[in-house]
Amino acid sequence: MTAATYLSGVELLAGGLLVATVAIVWRRDLAAMTRLLALQGLLLGAIPFLAGIYHGDGQLAAVGVVVASLRAGLFPRLLRARLRGEPAEDREAAPLVSTTASLLTAAVLIIVAYVVAAPIVDLAPSGPARAAPVGIAMVFIGVFVLVTRRKALSQVIGLLVLDNGIDAVAFVAAAGVPVIVELGVSLDVLLGVLVLGVLAGRMHAKFGGTDLDDLRELRE
Amino acid sequence: MTTTVLAVAPIVVPLAAAAVSLIAGWRRAAAIGDVVAALSILVCGVALATEVGSQPVTGVGHLLRADSLTALMLIVIGAVGTLATWASIDYIDTELAEGTTTAADARQYATLVPLFLAAMSLAVLADNLGVIWTAIEATTIATAFLVGHRRTRQSLEATWKYVIVCSFGITLAFLGTVIIYLTSIHSGAATSSALDLDVLAAHASHLDPTLTRLAVGLLFVGFGAKAGLVPFHTWLADAHSQAPAPVSALMSGVLLAVAFSILLRLRVIADLALGDGYMRAMFLAIGLATLLVAVSLLIGQRDFKRLLAYSSLEQMGLLAVASATGNRLASAGVLLLIAAHGMAKAVLFLTAGQLQHAHRSTLIADVRGLLGRSRLLGATLAVALVGLVGLPPFGLFAAELAIARGMAADELAIPLGVAGLLLAVGLIAITRHGSGMLLGDADADAPSLAVPATSAAPLLVGITAFTALGVLGGPLTHLFAQAAAAVAGQ
Repeated sequence: MTAATYLSGVELLAGGLLVATVAIVWRRDLAAMTRLLALQGLLLGAIPFLAGIYHGDGQLAAVGVVVASLRAGLFPRLLRARLRGEPAEDREAAPLVSTTASLLTAAVLIIVAYVVAAPIVDLAPSGPARAAPVGIAMVFIGVFVLVTRRKALSQVIGLLVLDNGIDAVAFVAAAGVPVIVELGVSLDVLLGVLVLGVLAGRMHAKFGGTDLDDLRELRE
Repeated sequence: MTTTVLAVAPIVVPLAAAAVSLIAGWRRAAAIGDVVAALSILVCGVALATEVGSQPVTGVGHLLRADSLTALMLIVIGAVGTLATWASIDYIDTELAEGTTTAADARQYATLVPLFLAAMSLAVLADNLGVIWTAIEATTIATAFLVGHRRTRQSLEATWKYVIVCSFGITLAFLGTVIIYLTSIHSGAATSSALDLDVLAAHASHLDPTLTRLAVGLLFVGFGAKAGLVPFHTWLADAHSQAPAPVSALMSGVLLAVAFSILLRLRVIADLALGDGYMRAMFLAIGLATLLVAVSLLIGQRDFKRLLAYSSLEQMGLLAVASATGNRLASAGVLLLIAAHGMAKAVLFLTAGQLQHAHRSTLIADVRGLLGRSRLLGATLAVALVGLVGLPPFGLFAAELAIARGMAADELAIPLGVAGLLLAVGLIAITRHGSGMLLGDADADAPSLAVPATSAAPLLVGITAFTALGVLGGPLTHLFAQAAAAVAGQ
């Protein structure tokens, strides 16, 4: 693989990540959002995999496989298992803002991301770090999904998009964080998704739904 | 060799206790195992304090690192942990006897509490910022079902908000970790050690300033979320008030302090990389905002567990304001405040748990004339509250004095004055609510306040230790001074 092929490969994957992220903003159906999240995980895992092949670094390629199997396999599967138990009205994300306004906001966030990520790109402007703004854009859009979607599972999806974005920054700008940190982070995210899934189930049993606007007994 | 064992044991022993509880379920032996695990953290902390000098020691490759601040934090985790696990025995036994919890939930409780302790020990022992991050996030996961232990609507709501707000905050800290890692390897650090605290400090002057500012800001806000600092403080009162009393004691007494100690570590690196103005501005702005929020919510508070929670928020705000200066006097004050507040809050939350159980309520208005009704609970509440508001002879008084002198010496008189004013308002609010609960005539139908021996013992030990820390301080003075040097400016 030549350096040029490697670079364009990373940029293609980053482009795919961005499209998948915007599509998550566009869709309201939680099952579709989960599928897009799986696609995002696959593209994310492909970045270190590709870098591992290019640099001849087997450990890095293995990290890519682990990341993809967790984020494209296990996490979406857990979310889907949770989703199957939900009644129809809880399978929509119930956004606070309209789809058009959401997409426009996403566009603005992407522009801001390019500004914010400029110093990261400047560290190595000719390498794959050029794709770092995509990761930052995913972080912003993840936060946006987190605060504007009012269903328990859509908040989990927002957190996962946020997390994927940070991992994307790490993978394009460096060859990911040290393996021990990557493993610890993945384990934490996995357990976090499990905990939130169980809580969403309990919420369903207690409140008869997972609408977060029902959570307002505790206030000053 | 000895130091390696002392550094590994605070993580491994609680993990073993968790495994035993997971297998055996809620049995007296397993519950005592949890107490032993907490005690072992305390013992290791004390032993490490005598082992480590001014230089940090590392163990297990470069995975673990211990200095005098680590030893001090382990002592706080162990001391509060011992009280909390000890009080848990009676807490869970009572719940099981009354049928308010199930055997499965009791097993879960006995498993998660030591896991929580292990995660906090790892957070203060880890050398790598990424591993520290993992440990702090693990505390959220370990405590989620502890906050939701009572399975009411309110506790479920508190748990959801707790997990989402803390996960979000800590995710921001992960972005900060990634960015500081990028600048660290770019400045020439080896990839495997680029996140080690000492390596970051050594490379500090070569770190890209723009990215370091961004990273430090994200790390501050992220770990600040776990320390209860504004703007992610919203989980704190809900989680503290809904969790079982021993868990509230752990969260308030040590979890907040452990997260805050990470900010002190961060300050050492940030001050070297960016000069001391950046962290100072953040500590002052966020600390004063936290103080303001806490004090304004203390004034009209109607719920005594939330009162204690907002008092914790107040103390965290004070810690942040005090950390604006890196001089040794103020740093020693900060560390003494962490220790003294941990002990006071442990006693207060355990007392609050007894009151909640007897009255089936957490409303301040429902508890009257406590001093006349129960000598034990009246005394623990009165003594710990007097200590908490910063009156002598308790540790918080000495700590606040050291902070005031340290800040004044660093020409921070104006923020010191503002903080002092807010603390005075907090003192009045807590005194008013506290005296309402302690004094006056009890209602005719007030429930009896019999405290079983297994619950009375940790309360007595806790209040004795709290008083001793203030009056004697003695053997720990050297440790506070040494730990302050570890985080003080150069």
